[in-house]
Parts: sequence; C-alpha cells; structure tokens
Amino acid sequence: MTTYADAPVANRNAKGKSKNRWFSQVGWRHLVGVLAVVFSLFPILFVLSAALNPLGTLSSTELLPTGASFENFTNLFDKTAFGHWFLNSLLIAGAASFVSIFLSALAAYAFSRMRFAGRRFGLLTLLLIQMFPQFLAIVAIFLIFTTVTDLWPALGFNTPWGLFLLYMGGALGVNTWLMKGFFDTLPRELDESATMDGATHAQVFFRIMLPLVAPILAVTALLSFIGTINEFMIANVFLTNTESKTLAVGMFGLVAGERNNNFGMFAAGTLLTAIPTVLVFQLLQRYIVSGLTAGAVKG
Amino acid sequence: MSTSLSGPGSATQAPGREPVRSGLPRKSRTARNHAPITATGLVVKVVLLGLVAGIAIWAAFPLIEAEHWIGLGILAVTTAVLFYLYLGRRHIPAKYLVPGTIFLIAFQVFPVLYTASTAFTNFGDGHRGSKQDAIVAIQTSSVKQVPGSTEYSLSIATKGDDPATGALVFLLSDPKTKEVFAGDAGGLRKLDPGQVEASSLTGKVTAADGYTVLNIGQASVRSKEITDLIVPTSGGAIRSNGLTRAYEGKAVRAYDAGCDCVKDTETGKTWTADAKSGAFVAADGERLTQGWKVNVGLKNFSRVLTDPNISRPFFGTLLWNFAFAIGSTGLTFLLGMAIALALHSPRMKGTNLYRVLLILPYAMPSFAMLLVWRDMFNTDFGLVNNLFGLGVDWFGQAWSARAAVLLVQLWLGYPYMFLVATGALQAIPRELTEATSVDGASPWQSFRSVTLPLLLVALSPLLIASFAYNFNNINAIWLTTEGGPFPADNPTNGATDLLITYTYRLAFGAQGAEFGMAAAVSIFIFAIVATVSAISFRRTRKQEEVYS
Repeated sequence: MTTYADAPVANRNAKGKSKNRWFSQVGWRHLVGVLAVVFSLFPILFVLSAALNPLGTLSSTELLPTGASFENFTNLFDKTAFGHWFLNSLLIAGAASFVSIFLSALAAYAFSRMRFAGRRFGLLTLLLIQMFPQFLAIVAIFLIFTTVTDLWPALGFNTPWGLFLLYMGGALGVNTWLMKGFFDTLPRELDESATMDGATHAQVFFRIMLPLVAPILAVTALLSFIGTINEFMIANVFLTNTESKTLAVGMFGLVAGERNNNFGMFAAGTLLTAIPTVLVFQLLQRYIVSGLTAGAVKG
Repeated sequence: MSTSLSGPGSATQAPGREPVRSGLPRKSRTARNHAPITATGLVVKVVLLGLVAGIAIWAAFPLIEAEHWIGLGILAVTTAVLFYLYLGRRHIPAKYLVPGTIFLIAFQVFPVLYTASTAFTNFGDGHRGSKQDAIVAIQTSSVKQVPGSTEYSLSIATKGDDPATGALVFLLSDPKTKEVFAGDAGGLRKLDPGQVEASSLTGKVTAADGYTVLNIGQASVRSKEITDLIVPTSGGAIRSNGLTRAYEGKAVRAYDAGCDCVKDTETGKTWTADAKSGAFVAADGERLTQGWKVNVGLKNFSRVLTDPNISRPFFGTLLWNFAFAIGSTGLTFLLGMAIALALHSPRMKGTNLYRVLLILPYAMPSFAMLLVWRDMFNTDFGLVNNLFGLGVDWFGQAWSARAAVLLVQLWLGYPYMFLVATGALQAIPRELTEATSVDGASPWQSFRSVTLPLLLVALSPLLIASFAYNFNNINAIWLTTEGGPFPADNPTNGATDLLITYTYRLAFGAQGAEFGMAAAVSIFIFAIVATVSAISFRRTRKQEEVYS
C-alpha cells in the first residue's frame, strides 16, 4: 500500500506509461481543481482590481488591476462608519453562530439518540416552519419589536442583542437536521458502553458525542457565521442608526444611490468583509479535514 | 477510542459551557434508572438557572410598569417550567430540546402565525389601525385655519440628538400666555418653563431639555414630514404654516356616532361606515382613504385565484420558480460533489490549498457579490462582454437572463455543496470503499453503490432545505435582474420573477402596502414548498432511519 502510493511521486519525471498512470490517478484531480479555482477566483479578481483602481469607478475597472492605489480603503474609513459596521457584524455573527450551533447540537442529540413522544412530529415541524418565507413575516417582526423596544430598550431596534435574539429564532432548523444526520452515523455502541460505565446523559453528550462531531460542528458554525454576516433583509429593517448597522446594511447603503462612483469603495469594503470569514475558515480547517468516525469505529 | 477522544475534538468541547473535568471519578455502581449526579453538572445547573432567574426578574420590571399582565404571565410560566424541567430528573429529551425551542417559538413561530392571521384581514396602507384611529386621522387631516384660530410661534425639534432621523416634535409657544407646549402625533403636552429657553422678543423656543432644535437648513430637509405632522387637540388640531408659525384649526369633518358616519360641515356630504370593507363610504361610492383593519375572510385567497391580473402570470412564474430552485440546488450539488470527489483522495497533494481557494466565493459577502455579478453582466462595460468581445444584453432577453441568474447561483452556491460533500465524504469509513475495491468493483460501481447512497443519507435533508431556500431566494433575483426583463404588455411580472419577488412587487409596490394580500400569497408559497418537501421526504425516508 505504502510503496504503491509513493510510486507516482518517485516517477514523476519519468516518461511514458508511468506519467499516464500518474495523470489517470492523480493528475486529472489537479486539472479539475485548477479549473474550479479559476472559476471561483475570476470575479474576486475583478473585485480586487476595482478596489485597487485609483479612479474608483465601475466603468474604469478591468479584470486585471490597472493601478495600485489604497485611496478606496482610506476613503472607506474616512467617509463612512465602516469600522463600526465591521465590529457590529463580527459581534453579532460570532455570538449568533456559536450559540445557535450549541442549541442545534443539543436538539440534534435528543432527536438522534432518544425516543420520545412527538419526536417525528418535532422533526417535521422544524423543517416546515423554516420553509415559511420569513421575509414576508417582516411586518410581524417589526410590530413585535416595536413593543420590545418600548419595554426593554436594551433589546430593541438598533441594538445588537435584539438582532441576535431574532437570529436565534432560526437556530433550530437546517443545522439541526444536518447534525442529526451525523449523530446518526456515530455507532450507538459508543454511548451505550459509556452509559453502562455510569456516565450521565450530559457526560455522554459533552465528552463523547460533541468531540466526535467536531468536524461537522465546525462546518455548521462556519456556514452559520457566513449566513449571519450576509443577512440583509431583516437587519435592514432592524438597524437604522448609522453606527449600529452591520456590514451588509451599511455597504448596501453605500451603493444604493451613487453606484458607479462608490464602486471602488464598495469593492474595498467587500474585500475587508471577506477577511473574517476567510480567517474563520482557516481556523476551523483542521476540524473539517480531520476524519469523523475513523477513530471511533476502529477503537 | 482514546485516540479519538484526545484528538482535535476535545478542544472544541463547547468552551465555557461544561468545563472538562479531568480525573472524573467513574463510580462503577450499577446504573439502574439514573446515573449519579456529578459535582460539575450541579454547579453548571445552579449557575445557569440563576442566570435564568436573573434575566426573568430584569425583564419583569418593565412589564409590571407597563401593566402588561399577559406578558408577565408568559414570563412567569416560562421561568417556572424551566426550573421544573432542569431541577427534576425526568423529561430528559425536553432538557435538550427546550432551549432552542423557546427561541423558535418566540421569534419564528409567533411571527409566522401573526403573519398568517393577517392573511384574513385587509391590513395594509389605509387599513392599519382601529376604527377610532381612522376617525382621529380623518378629523385631524381635515383641519383648516378659520378666523380666530390660535396662532403659535413654532420651533421644529427632534427627540434625542439626531437632527436627521429623530422623531419630529413641534415646540409651540403661545404669544399671549407665553406658555410652551411640545406636540407630536400623540397630542399636546405642556412644558415646564424651567426646562425651556425662549427668545424674549418673539417667545420662540431656542432650546429645550431632551430635544434638539433644528436650524432652518436642517428643518427644510424634512419639510415634507413637517407639513404632514398634525398635532391633535381637543377642539381640532395644530398644523404648521411654514417653518416658524403654527395654527390651531378646526376640523371640517366630524364623526357622528348616531349615524355611524363622517359628516363634512362645509359641503354637508356624509360617508357611512362600512364594517365589511373597513372604510367610510359615501352614497356615490367615494370612500375616504383612512379606513380601519377588518376581517375579510377568504377574500385575499380568492383574489389570488380569480383576479386575472394576479392569477394569469401565477402559473408561468410558478414553473420558472421550480426550474430556478431545482436548477440552483441540482447544479450546485453536482458541481460541488464532483469537485469534492475529485479532491478526496489520499494521494492528492495540496488539497488544503485547493480547498482554501475554492471556498473563497462562499467567504465573500454574497449580497455584495450579487451586485458585482450584475455589473459584470452589464451590456456596455460589463466584464463578461469585455472578455469575450460580445455585446449581449444579458438581462434584456428572457432566456439569457435566466441562464445568467443560474450561473450566478452556481458560482455562489457550489462551494457550500463542496464543503458539505467533503465533510460527508470524510465521515464515510474508508474501509467501505476499500472493501469494494478489494472485491473488484470499479470506481464508478463503488461510487454508485456505496459512496453516493451514504452521501445522500447525510445530505438529503440539506438538499431539500436548499431547495426550499432557493424557492424563496429573494436576494438572488432582487439584487441582480429585479425580476426583469418584463414583457411590454405586463410590467408587473418579469421573466426571472420568483413568486416571492412577484408577490413583493404586487403587495409592496407602487399601489401601496397590502400586507393582508402579501400574507395570503405567502401562505400559497408556503403550501407549495411544504408539499414538495413532504413528498421528497417520503421518498428519502426509505433510505434512512429517520423515524426508527
């Protein structure tokens, strides 16, 4: 097995059959990868080019950067409240993704490992509720939070906590299903043997199940983080103060009127917005990459 | 076993929630019904329940102050249930389900039910509040200046310290009595002279505690709002006359409870209340714009099916809506899975690099990238036309617009599918695929009979959810084509319109807000998506033991 796997690398420069074999076994995979990367990157290259474009307009931007000016970035911080928007987004998306993943994992554990009355009903209900076009409930949400703002201003409009609570309404849903699916793939013998050894249900959950589903926790936390950063429709109703806006709301306002002229600043903001999500992906990568059940089944 | 526990996972053990205890004394007592209570568990329980009690008490005071007894009751019951649940040893599944469910009910189920209930009303512009609100609005808007009206000198101010967005207030001083009032749509309030600074010459207010007085420039920016602001008083209402003067006028129209109608004292015309439509209607059919909210039963639903302006394009849009949702989900899944399979090989080098680069479209803010893509498809200076030397008006023709929208969806969505497919592939034990190759199966056979079924078990709920999401993906359409291109004879229904954008335009468009109508159509949308999902669930149910 080992020698077989090493062989193509050793013979990489050799001609003839071994090169063909290298291509049929590994090389085509690289070709697919490179093509996919080109497809993924060219619009981002366009944004980069726009952000570095000293003219800062849409009509003067080409695919490859024509200049290298940081004027768009300095304008972004001088002329708008971009710093505030950035911190608001990080705070809300970070807290919302962490808490919602935790709530989701709790529910997924119950759905996967326990049998109780209403389990099937609960699973289906979760899915059904999340299918209602939530955007059209915006009028109801607005009226509810008008009352909340009167009673508890700390949780009302223009506060990150109110928006956070609202996002928690969607904590149980797709993620719960996804996690339940992965809990289901873990062998039951694991938690049964732990229970026989005297572990409580909480110990089984925190010390056996959670570590084993760490990869999928990482994936769902990342998706939730990105989803929250991109959420626009509700945040746009919720946050009207310039300084309480999130990135999505603030930057949309930037190009709502002066689209062509502000495009450079908009592109610069887009690049800066991508930084936290790229960083989070890098941090979580090893959990995503590490195998899920490989160790558990062998043990 | 031990290796996997000390692996990467132990670091992500919900930090701060349940500290990992090292050297847990594993008592080997025979577990009958209950496992022993651990010290850590007890401490965490006490801290969290204390937090719940603290939040409940904090939240209770404003409720008591506002005499909001129903809200207080709900709060008390919720807190009591939480204590009962977590202090007892029974109802273990509920202990795991309740935290998320509370949020689900408060911020998802309740708004959805509230919206659904408005589908049976005429709630919308002109029908927002109660009948009493409508009467007040009719009377105050008919106010006219008559000889002998009290004149005030006016200062425009806002509540709080933001002159651009704060709520407008009229600071009025009576030139005769020198009394100062603050007035807004809620009514008139006398101000304590100690809180106010006024010009000694004209009596005009120059500063007041808690208010920001606007200068002429700031006020003229908001002149439309200032003209529309009417302060109701006992004898009529106060309106502004320019930016520095205001008058208290008399209402020309008045409500008469005897005939349940509104009478115009100048023309003598009467409008009688119509409880069915929630409006005051005159004998000649003229209705006053200010009405009130009433129950209209199934009228909104029957309008969707029978009103030709709504029902005619409904089915064409429905068809494209399915094509869009299936296309978006299917194409992204196929491409994402194909790339995940290609990169999922023990001999692949540099997979991490590929992964980092491939995921970038997903890391980019999607709302911004949708707008960027719209500009890349621009006819005159768009990148797509520039690169290929074309002059195609992509969003100008039905099929090219549809193809463009799907391409944008593919670009935005396939990294997500790639990510979850990679995660699911890693969860498939390598022994299984190795076993098939030992048994002589071709890679395609092993993919068809082992990898794909296992992938689908893990991902089918996610595919259904993705379908449901894309079925109502308002951003994907609204930020790119805005539903266009539109046929020349029908400006309300475009080639790329989804039901939700179409509804949005119908309900919130030029004719004014019709929330009741919008809610009715969203119930139709919900029914369609729910039916499709229920059917696909019945099919996937055979593959997995969801209900076992």
